[in-house]
Amino acid sequence: MANLTLIQAVNDGLKVAMRDDPTTLVFGEDVGPKGGVFLATEGLTDEFGVERCFDTPLSEDGIIGTAIGMAANGLRPIAEIQFQDFIFPAFDQIVSEAAKLRYRSGGQYTAPMVIRTPYGGGIRGGLYHSQSGEAYFSHTPGLKVVIPSTPHDAKGLLIAAINDPDPVLFMEPKALYRSVKGEVPEGSYTVELSTLRTVREGKDVTVFCYGAMVPVVERAAATAAESGIECNIVDLRTLMPLDEEGVLEAAKSTGRVVTVHEAPRFCGYGAEISAMIAENVIEYMEAPIRRVTGFDTPFPNTLEHHYLPDERRVLDAIEAVHSF
Amino acid sequence: MDSNEAHSLIDADGQPRSKFTCALSDDELKRCFESMLAVRSFDDICIKLQRGGRIGFSIPNTGVEATQVGAAAALRDGDHIFPSYRDFGIAIHKGVAAVEMFHNMFGNSRDAAQGRQMPVHFSFVEPVRFFSISSPIGTHIPQAVGAAHAFTLRGESHAALASFGDGGTSSSGFHSGLNFAAVMKAPVVFLCQNNGWAISCPSSRQTGSESYAIKAKAYGMPGIKVDGNDVLAVHQVVSEALERARSGAGPTLVEAETYRMGGHSTSDDPSKYVPKEILDRWAALDPTKRLRGYLESRELWTQEWEDELVARLSAEHAAAAKEAEVEAPPGLETIFSDVFESLPDHLRKQGEAVFDLARRKGDAAAGEGAFPL
Repeated sequence: MANLTLIQAVNDGLKVAMRDDPTTLVFGEDVGPKGGVFLATEGLTDEFGVERCFDTPLSEDGIIGTAIGMAANGLRPIAEIQFQDFIFPAFDQIVSEAAKLRYRSGGQYTAPMVIRTPYGGGIRGGLYHSQSGEAYFSHTPGLKVVIPSTPHDAKGLLIAAINDPDPVLFMEPKALYRSVKGEVPEGSYTVELSTLRTVREGKDVTVFCYGAMVPVVERAAATAAESGIECNIVDLRTLMPLDEEGVLEAAKSTGRVVTVHEAPRFCGYGAEISAMIAENVIEYMEAPIRRVTGFDTPFPNTLEHHYLPDERRVLDAIEAVHSF
Repeated sequence: MDSNEAHSLIDADGQPRSKFTCALSDDELKRCFESMLAVRSFDDICIKLQRGGRIGFSIPNTGVEATQVGAAAALRDGDHIFPSYRDFGIAIHKGVAAVEMFHNMFGNSRDAAQGRQMPVHFSFVEPVRFFSISSPIGTHIPQAVGAAHAFTLRGESHAALASFGDGGTSSSGFHSGLNFAAVMKAPVVFLCQNNGWAISCPSSRQTGSESYAIKAKAYGMPGIKVDGNDVLAVHQVVSEALERARSGAGPTLVEAETYRMGGHSTSDDPSKYVPKEILDRWAALDPTKRLRGYLESRELWTQEWEDELVARLSAEHAAAAKEAEVEAPPGLETIFSDVFESLPDHLRKQGEAVFDLARRKGDAAAGEGAFPL
């Protein structure tokens, strides 16, 4: 066991996967000798050579397009998109190509690949270094979407994503890169995709969250506990395919639900969780389901701390559904 | 070679020009002719099937056969093809059976993609890696580069061929694909089939450049313009480009000047926008006519041989179409399979709901059974 930050755990996961599987390779903008703008790929070119960790031209659709061709021809590409905000030139390659290749060829061609990308706010990045686009991608059949919130899960989910036979969008909460530390096992291990993590057990209110919102919710739950409200916090970890049964069980266990994400509210991931609960287990609900989210606006810079759900807003929603 | 002068080996009547060479054997030449006739036969049957309402759609390939067949003849075993939707000739010349193509045209249960795609969106792994065709334009160009780079990393001497039209050169995939290929020195050949039209938009609406081939220069690779209705010239130019790729010298852009003699698709009426005099000019440069002329001058062609060929191809294709037409449609469960390697719970639930509704409200497509996945 080593005590690592989340970004160190990502780096360790990449190294372990690349040592285990010679067909893996890492590429993207500035991922080579520089080691990436967040240093997720630090040391990879040194250890594995420029053939297996290299810089590409500044073109997201080129990065993902070439990755698909490599994946379809026997390699396991791990492509980095420097900021999730810059992924949209590759939207066509991800949505029209990687996600549909198995379906449209009846499995003759597949794209087993991982797209790693830092997402979310909290670093004063403004409109174009802060966004959370998980809803676009969770809405895309054929694509898996994974978001870790701890160093342990970051490494284990990343290795599971690399081993997965389908394309995986691996969204890393950049606000947590260096702000969380945790015990991370040495060597290779996986955290199974499509499994939930119970962060905190509680009988009163269930809070669904993921990524950088998990520690925010934990702080709000600790405060709520001081006034006797016990929260059941569920870290979704894999948004597609989601463990729906696990979500419904967790919702039923308290009958009071809050969902939390940074992304805008309208058609956001919380809406899907809310609809799923309403469709399947509404008879267990004791209160309306509340969403705590970013606003339906572009992401602001100076006032980002007001845009991002914070402990205060989460606590307010917990108290509201508890007292309903 | 000057990028503005299309490389050509035979003239409009199939007679050798000066500096003529031919690397194809007599048998290969005759096989190219057969494939070009096969494209025309397959094309004709598909258009008739569509006009008769028996298939929903087709893409006419008449006029561009020499480009497709010449390029296909230059490929070797192990090379990967990243085709566009107008590439019948590549599939046919590489030995894909007509019935396999018809399974896709009818979208039946023997179609690799289980009828999920429109007609002409083929996918084959045998007898050749003919990559699953996508409708968005140019997305396959960087994919071909990635596949080619995989050959390099494994030390294999294969190459990839990416085929696209003149409209494809305007796509972001063309730019990123050529840029990446040149930077990575990937063993890939880009075949631009300049057939004059992107649906109804002429070349003047695609580029302000003096040619497509010349764009290669700025990317850092050779760009060669070839007479796309001269199968010998296309074969020679693409062969040299593939050899260059295999030797590690990097990619090449080939612009084949040809002409789409039919519509964009069976849904298109080209008489609204294609001037008749241009069609007449290109009809005089018909690729089968030119190869016929060359073969005849070499005493490799007789009318009887061609008549037999046409009759055999027509009968084979008609039989293949009939075989595919009577094949069962894909099972209802194939809506849900192949989204992921294994079926996730939410898709299982959605599939079960379809079959449950069929039991309660009726739907013959679901039969009597439960969701089988």
